[in-house]
Amino acid sequence: MMAGTMASSPVTAPVSARGYGTGALGRLGASLARLMRDPSTGFAVIVVAILLLTALFAPLIATHDPILVDLPNALKPPSGANWFGTDELGRDIFSRIVYGSRITLFIIVLVSIIVGPLGLIVGATSGYFGGWVDTVMMRITDIFLSFPSLILCLAFVAALGAGLENAIVAIALTSWPPIARLARAETLTFRNADYISASRMQGASTLRIIGKSIIPMCIPSVLVRITLSMASVILTAAGLGFLGLGAQPPLPEWGAMIATGRNYMLDSWWLVTFPGLTILLVSLAFNLLGDGLRDALDPKKH
Amino acid sequence: MSSQTPLIDARNLRVCYRSGKGYADAVRGVSFQLGKERLGIVGESGSGKSTIGRALLKLLPSARITADKLSFGGTDLLAASERQMLGIRGKRMSMILQDPKFSLNPVQRVGDQIAEAYLVHSKASRAQAKARTLEMLEAVQIRDPERVYKLYPHEISGGMGQRVMIAMMLIPEPEVIIADEPTSALDVTVRMQVLGILDTLVTSKGIGLIMISHDLNLVRNFCDRVLIMYAGQVVEERAARDLMNATHPYTRGLLAAQPHIGGSRQHLPILKRDPEWKTEGAGAVS
Amino acid sequence: MNATNLQAFARQAATILVTLIGLLALTFCIGRLMPVDPVRAIVGEEADKATYEMVYERLGMDKPVYQQFLRYVGDIATGDFGTSVRTGKPVIEDIGRVLPATIELATIAILCGAGLGIPLGILAAVRRNRPTDHIIRFLTLLGHSMPIFWTGMIGLIIFYAALGWVGGGGRLSDYNVGLIDEPTGFLLIDALLAGDWEVFWDGVNHLILPASILGYSSMAYITRMTRSFMLDQLNQEYIVTARVKGLSTARTIWRHAFANIRVQLVTIVALAYGGLLEGAVLIETVFSWPGFGQYMTNNMLVGDMNAVMTCVLIVGVIFIALNLLSDLLYKIFDPRTR
Repeated sequence: MMAGTMASSPVTAPVSARGYGTGALGRLGASLARLMRDPSTGFAVIVVAILLLTALFAPLIATHDPILVDLPNALKPPSGANWFGTDELGRDIFSRIVYGSRITLFIIVLVSIIVGPLGLIVGATSGYFGGWVDTVMMRITDIFLSFPSLILCLAFVAALGAGLENAIVAIALTSWPPIARLARAETLTFRNADYISASRMQGASTLRIIGKSIIPMCIPSVLVRITLSMASVILTAAGLGFLGLGAQPPLPEWGAMIATGRNYMLDSWWLVTFPGLTILLVSLAFNLLGDGLRDALDPKKH
Repeated sequence: MSSQTPLIDARNLRVCYRSGKGYADAVRGVSFQLGKERLGIVGESGSGKSTIGRALLKLLPSARITADKLSFGGTDLLAASERQMLGIRGKRMSMILQDPKFSLNPVQRVGDQIAEAYLVHSKASRAQAKARTLEMLEAVQIRDPERVYKLYPHEISGGMGQRVMIAMMLIPEPEVIIADEPTSALDVTVRMQVLGILDTLVTSKGIGLIMISHDLNLVRNFCDRVLIMYAGQVVEERAARDLMNATHPYTRGLLAAQPHIGGSRQHLPILKRDPEWKTEGAGAVS
Repeated sequence: MNATNLQAFARQAATILVTLIGLLALTFCIGRLMPVDPVRAIVGEEADKATYEMVYERLGMDKPVYQQFLRYVGDIATGDFGTSVRTGKPVIEDIGRVLPATIELATIAILCGAGLGIPLGILAAVRRNRPTDHIIRFLTLLGHSMPIFWTGMIGLIIFYAALGWVGGGGRLSDYNVGLIDEPTGFLLIDALLAGDWEVFWDGVNHLILPASILGYSSMAYITRMTRSFMLDQLNQEYIVTARVKGLSTARTIWRHAFANIRVQLVTIVALAYGGLLEGAVLIETVFSWPGFGQYMTNNMLVGDMNAVMTCVLIVGVIFIALNLLSDLLYKIFDPRTR
């Protein structure tokens, strides 16, 4: 309990006063700046940015061709010519990791595109209508949630067949239930709000209400949740690749690289170390980013 | 005030918290003394009254406590180490908290909680502690102490819980007891009973009492002396029976805002706060 | 048990039943989706049309889907989980053979994870926002972000190949395999029963690396939740009461705060145990551990429908059981709900 101080200053100055402007882009810039203030979140943003840039400019960054087999050069340790060494087929590991970032990005983006809208729609609809629609939806998500996601993924991939696209579908199938639950929980909190009732009385169709009023309100927390789940998506994809059920050779997927490198790892440690470190780094970054986003959006902190 | 050495002697006590980039003062230069008497501290939320209680027990880990003098009996509280404080807390100075719903451990039987207060400071056996606890439960007018001993906090009423709290805080027989809003969380009908129990026990054992409350009427009827606090400072210090002659405008405002049975039916005057009262050293009156 | 208790129990039983049926439907769908032809898998490539059709009919593939599903449920109810195409034995027998290895691994892992994770969580809460807290939170974040199969490999490279401190893949060194009887399937217990100390220590040697890595991955969750629970408690008024009574910080934390989170921790550990199944699948592959995880993976790679379906079903049942258990434990041990 603090005594009333003489002139209490506001906790945060209004955004526009910081010179970022109040438009959407300005707000984005201000949010980014706020995120960067925390060192670990700043680090995460940088790593994610590096991932994006690496994926975009892979041909420029990679030093060698990632698929070209060069047997005489096989299993060479890290050196000036091959920064991360070469694998059992003589391919430069650094370049393969660089191109692998494209696969990782592909997976993350596709999963998010599927899971986000799907989870939002299912959750918001379920929460808005209530009744048996809600019960059925929730039972379905319960069944999915009563499973460890990797095992369910494995089962789906086994059913659909190995391959990158099937792995993405499988991961998406196991990732949407938490999002749906979250959207539903959010919807429940303002389903009965006055402005929703007002829209209804103005004759807005249910579709319009859900689409224009409810879903936008759920988006911030869903975004945070998706960011947080990206880390586990990466890990699951790598796990599938490791087991041979994800991306197939010769695609330079990081998990698959570790799988093939396993046979030589006791003598050639660089085959598994660098891809694994990359996975670790990227997963860590998304976890930190998600945490940072959640803290930034948490109303209790302000 | 007795002419013997006071139990508590506080001079220019200052408690500040770090907030954001700077510091905020919760208590600003408060001085008072406590003998074997009852001192009331009255103030609104944010006046710093509860902070004083916790500062005396040094239970404010995130705050900085400074004073020209802060002594309890023969001990200098400012310089006291944590080890010394462990010997003071409970044994020589204890505190009754406000709401038994929250201030009692939910997964421990109430009897055990009281016994714990006794066992911490004595080498008695469990059986002896239990016997003492049952005595204390009777002393706070709880009938059927054997049964109540075994109950959990969620199984007892608010009034009973507060009596348990009193028993717990008086069982080690301290010299000073701080009562921090002891009846604010209770039903009005139960308040008098609990205060009565506190009254009897404090008188019979000759314990010094600091009563912290926002309720001026309650304090003036219960205590010998009253301190009025505002914005971290003491603005008035008076004997309880002399309160109607208070001079500080804040105190007068508080007094005027109290409803009286049989008093005028006019609107109660609204207390107007003068920002000048916040300036430090604005001149307390006694 | 009075009327409301009975009602609540009935409701929960109904929920579980529905979830189980949904689970069965899910595994059924997965089984039917598999690209491997189950008839072909049984009769082989060379069988003629007549044989194919006979098996086709015997399997009930000509009946409508819902009838097939009912037959599936009926089989399960009588304990018939089908025969593994890969091993030729009943699936349930195979699972009984491989499950103990995984349970042994998971149990040691959870002991490591909880044994280290809970104290660290408490420490992080008590020293909130100080360097200790940040270090602990970073460690748990690391455990949460690492690809567990990779950590297993790095562990092998460092602690087996380079330092020689622990055993390599498998549950025992080659020369110890098959030396003792295995009545329970739990190697350590069996070795103790046989009085064979060398096999026992060899078993421990091979168990310790995969178990600690699995444990570390569960530690992330356990530590985070413990810290969170602890922080909630440390903000409560009864903690102040304890301090006012003169209890030291340590005693307050142990006798009061920890006592209030004990029950929640049990449920956390039970849930974490289920989560270990995921990690076990990957770790068993890395360490060539002949457990349930590896069994399941092999079945999936080969396309053994019966086995895959049953494995998925078993996992689901284990999870549901663990959830139930943790709910039950909560109700029993929290005095407020009695």
